[in-house]
This record gives sequence, structure tokens and C-alpha cells, in this order.
Amino acid sequence: MTDLTKLTMTEALAGMAKGEFTSVELTEAHVRAVEASRALNAFITETPDQAIAMAERADARRAKGEAGPMNGLPIAVKDLFCTAGFQTTAGSHILEGFKPPYESTVTSNLWRDGAVMLGKVNLDEFAMGSSNVTSHYGPVVSPWSEGTLVQRDMAEEGGFLSELTAAVRQPRPVQEWQWTRKLVPGGSSGGSAAAVAARCAMAATGTDTGGSIRQPASFVGIVGIKPTYGRCSRWGIVAFASSLDQAGPMTRTVGDAALMLGSMCGFDPKDSTSVDMPVPDFRAALTGDIRGLKVGIPKEYRVDGMPAEIEKLWQQGIDWLKAAGAEPVEISLPHTKYALATYYIVAPAECSSNLARYDGVRFGLRVEGKDLKDMYENTRAEGFGAEVKRRIMIGTYVLSAGYYEAYYRKAQQVRTRIAEDFEQAYRQCDVILTPTAPSTAFAIGEKMDDPIAMYLNDVFTVPASLAGLPGISVPAGLASDGLPLGLQILGRPFDESTVLRVAGVLENAAGFDALPPFVAARG
Amino acid sequence: MSLDKATVAKIAHLARIKVPEADQDHLAGELSNILNFVEQLNEVDTVGVQPMTSVAPHKLRRRPDAVTDGGVRDAVLLNAPDSAEGFFVVPKVVE
Repeated sequence: MTDLTKLTMTEALAGMAKGEFTSVELTEAHVRAVEASRALNAFITETPDQAIAMAERADARRAKGEAGPMNGLPIAVKDLFCTAGFQTTAGSHILEGFKPPYESTVTSNLWRDGAVMLGKVNLDEFAMGSSNVTSHYGPVVSPWSEGTLVQRDMAEEGGFLSELTAAVRQPRPVQEWQWTRKLVPGGSSGGSAAAVAARCAMAATGTDTGGSIRQPASFVGIVGIKPTYGRCSRWGIVAFASSLDQAGPMTRTVGDAALMLGSMCGFDPKDSTSVDMPVPDFRAALTGDIRGLKVGIPKEYRVDGMPAEIEKLWQQGIDWLKAAGAEPVEISLPHTKYALATYYIVAPAECSSNLARYDGVRFGLRVEGKDLKDMYENTRAEGFGAEVKRRIMIGTYVLSAGYYEAYYRKAQQVRTRIAEDFEQAYRQCDVILTPTAPSTAFAIGEKMDDPIAMYLNDVFTVPASLAGLPGISVPAGLASDGLPLGLQILGRPFDESTVLRVAGVLENAAGFDALPPFVAARG
Repeated sequence: MSLDKATVAKIAHLARIKVPEADQDHLAGELSNILNFVEQLNEVDTVGVQPMTSVAPHKLRRRPDAVTDGGVRDAVLLNAPDSAEGFFVVPKVVE
């Protein structure tokens, strides 16, 4: 049998339809791949029993001719989505052990369509970060990190084994990955990105507030799409910044992204910002025909200090789309340079409100105090990590009396300006092409002491988030350091179809097929 | 804007996060850096610009003011750090 963990979801569906393998076989291969990938720290909670049970049900449905669009496909779920009866931590100590009695709408939709849950994957705490180093459960290691597989004996060296038992003991060799340099997978959907790139999950859910699907997709060489704000229900997703948060799929191909996005989207009366609009057949949009399409190239995205090879790849992307019959047009998004500053007022402000619910009373961690207020303060001091505390405090400050007008209201006004820039631009073009991130992945530990340097990772993804627009990152090539780089395509509101169509053309032209050094089912 | 220790202590209290005095100086530096960074927004002319209240041009829907679920007390209390007789238990708030 072919290596089942190397298949795309589209290929796996075809294989199962032809009876070449079952979902149980496909899922077992992935459960083993998850176990073999623990060195990445991608999963916070593995759910192998649930996976096999769901796969059995998927096979039964297929036998009865009732297979849904995602039937039998094993995926990973970012640990920000509430999953009924399974621990949901948001990467935070404060939610450790929290088992929601309800299921998020997005995951419900995926299970309705037959997907299989392998487990819950790691993320920056409350999705705040661009590197997956702020998780309470430790950083995720990118499968693109340098390392070697070493074989060692599982028995402890020395210890209390007597010579006699040592003589009769069978050697128990284990293979272990030793890292020479640990790279970040990007964030906040770092566990999702690492699991998909390392071939331990066929796909994963992600969430994107300022770039948290697209930037990690770029760092690990996979596809990640953030749909238009309102496309995917936010109900049951642990909230970070409600006017920005949006769920989306992380996959290895554009076709798989179209497939999974179709399942995740849809109107949900439980989310008042969910849009009541039919979900197009995204897969049907992948015609490969982009003749006559106008591709906007924003001049403001040529930022100071951007590596020349990113500029080169961007030009390559323009040339690819031109060769396919599209027409590049230079556009201007004049408020681009203010997007990050706007984001770092709006997002913390909303996070300070959303995270007020974590007080040690109704769920999660409680640290006792001398009175109720003391208990709140102790609980939140211990339950939240440094980055989350920093953002809550910034948010509290910019919303506090005397500063609201100067910071928060000002940021919301600039946000209007940024959205207007895009509106203007879309009068001249159909989609916008930009790099996804200003660099390749950096090492764990770098940029840690400088929050602003870390924030700059999202310089190309944040503007579209503020405007609520759909955006995708497609792996487009390798940089001179051997690490992947993505290109980003942004679209008009609710025009994911065109975004995916252009992404498909870019994917074909780039022909990205590089594998990371760490692949779960190697050999 | 440069924040002093006293302001940090005040924000921390408003945010209900205990910040030990020893950490306040360091945090004041970090928060001041972020505030200095965001203050570049003052360069943008926003006279007469409506602040954005909703990114999508949609009105928030309303639903009938009706009970849609209920009778799930045990589920509500499921994750409580402490509960008794169907209630959440917290430290005494009235003397």
C-alpha cells in the first residue's frame, strides 16, 4: 500500500471511494504518525481512541452510501476550538483541564461532514503570538528544523540495574530526534502548521486574528486560508479579538483548502456576526483560468529591510500570474504602515474584555486569596503567561478613562482608513498579491525579548485582517537558508472563490514539493 | 507615553492581575515601548473619519428574547473549581 500519510485529502477520498483502503487504515497510519512526531510537541492532547471510533463510523457511512465531503479524513484541531468532552486549553494554564460540554460550530460542521479528530494541537497562549513560543505547553518545533535521527537504548544508563539483570536484559532501541537548531513553526496556529507539514495530520483547523493561519503556513510550506470575516462561525472558539478572529483550514494543497473551507463555513444563528449567505462550491472555483484578471501589487509592501530574495519571489509570483494571462497593476494602500499599530491597540482592547471571564469562578484555574478580588488577581497572575498579561494590560490601558479617545477611538478611525484603502484598490484590481511574511522562520528563543520585533512578523497579514478580507498563503519556494516562503493572495469580501482560483494557479506554477527534514512516517 | 510604576500598578489592578512590585519597573518599560510604537497613529489625519464599529457591512441580527436552552445545571457547573448544592462557591464577599 502507498504511504497513506503522504496523500492529499483529495487523493485519500478517491482512494477510499475506490475501496483501496478504509478510513480506519488511513486513521491508524496517522495515529502512528502523531506518536512518531512527539519530538515536535505539536499536540497538546492526542485522541487516538476517538479517532479510530470516528473512522469506524465514517467507514460505515461510506458503506451505506452516506459519505460526507470530508468522510474519513483524519485532521488535527487547534486547541482553541471547544470540543465536547475533550480538554480545550487555548494554550493556557488558566484553562488546563477544561472540558467543554459543547462543541464549536466549525468542528461540528467538520464532524457532520465525516472528518476524524486526531487530537488537539498546540498554539500560542490564547492565540497571541507569531511563533508558538508563548504556549503554556511549550514551544512547537518546526519540522523544518535541523536535526538527526539517533538510535539509543531505552534503558537508563547506570541506574540500579545489577550486572546480572543487565546481562539478560534485551536491548530496547528507540529512535529519537536530536535537534541542532530548533526553528519556530510560526504562530499562533503553530501546532496545526507543524502537524500538517510533518504529515501527521492531513489538515488542521487554524484561526487567524492578525495572520495566525497565513504566517505559520508560510513558515512551514503549506497552504492556509483565512476567509472573510463572518464566513466561519466563531461560536465555541475561545475568543481573542472578536472583531478580527476567523477560523480557516490549513492544508497541503489549494484543492484541499477549498474542500475543507466548504465544510467549515456556513451561517450560524449562534454567532451574531455570522453571515447568512450561501457557501459557494469552492472546489468548482479551481478552474485554473485567470485570464484577464487584474492582480494588484501594493507598492507600500516593499518595506525597508525586506530580504532581497523575498522581493525576488514576489516578482516571480507576478511573472507566474502574468504568464497565466492575468494583468498586474500597481496599486496603493497608503495606510499600510499604520496597520500594525492599529492592530496592537484594537486586538489588546478586545482581548482585555474577552479574557475578563477568566476569573477562577466558573471554570479553569483558581488560586485562593484573602477575598474575592484577591482571588481574581491571584488566579489571573498565575493563570496567564507574560504575553497575555502584557496584552490585557495594554488593552485595559487604552480603554481606560482619559485614554479611550486618544488610543482606542483613534485606532478604530485608522482602521476605517485602512478598509477604505482596500475598497479603493479593488476598484482597480480583482485580487492583491503580496509576500506572506517578511522573513523565513527564525529560531526558538530569537526575538523573545523584543515584543515589537515579534509583532513585525505580521506586517503583511494584519492589514487584510483589519479590513476583514479573505487571504491565503501558498508555498512558493525555498529561500537560500533552505526554508519555505509563501506568497499571499487577498481578495474582495466573500470572494474566496477568486482567491482560491488564483492560489491554484500560483500553486501549479510554483510546483512546491519540498519536504521538511522531519517527516513523521519517514522510511 | 512613558508609564511609571504607579500607573502600571493601577492598570494591573484594573485588569485584576497581581503584579509584584519587583516586576513593575520592567513591565513599565515594556508597556511604554508598545505605547510609543502605537503612537505613530497620531500622524494620521482622522478628522471626520467614522471609527469602525463593524468590519462587515452587516447589521447585527437579533433573535427573539426567548429561552433556547436550559435545564443544564450540571453541564454549567461541570468545570467549576468549586461548587456546592448547584451553585458556584467563591470566598465570602460580605462580612
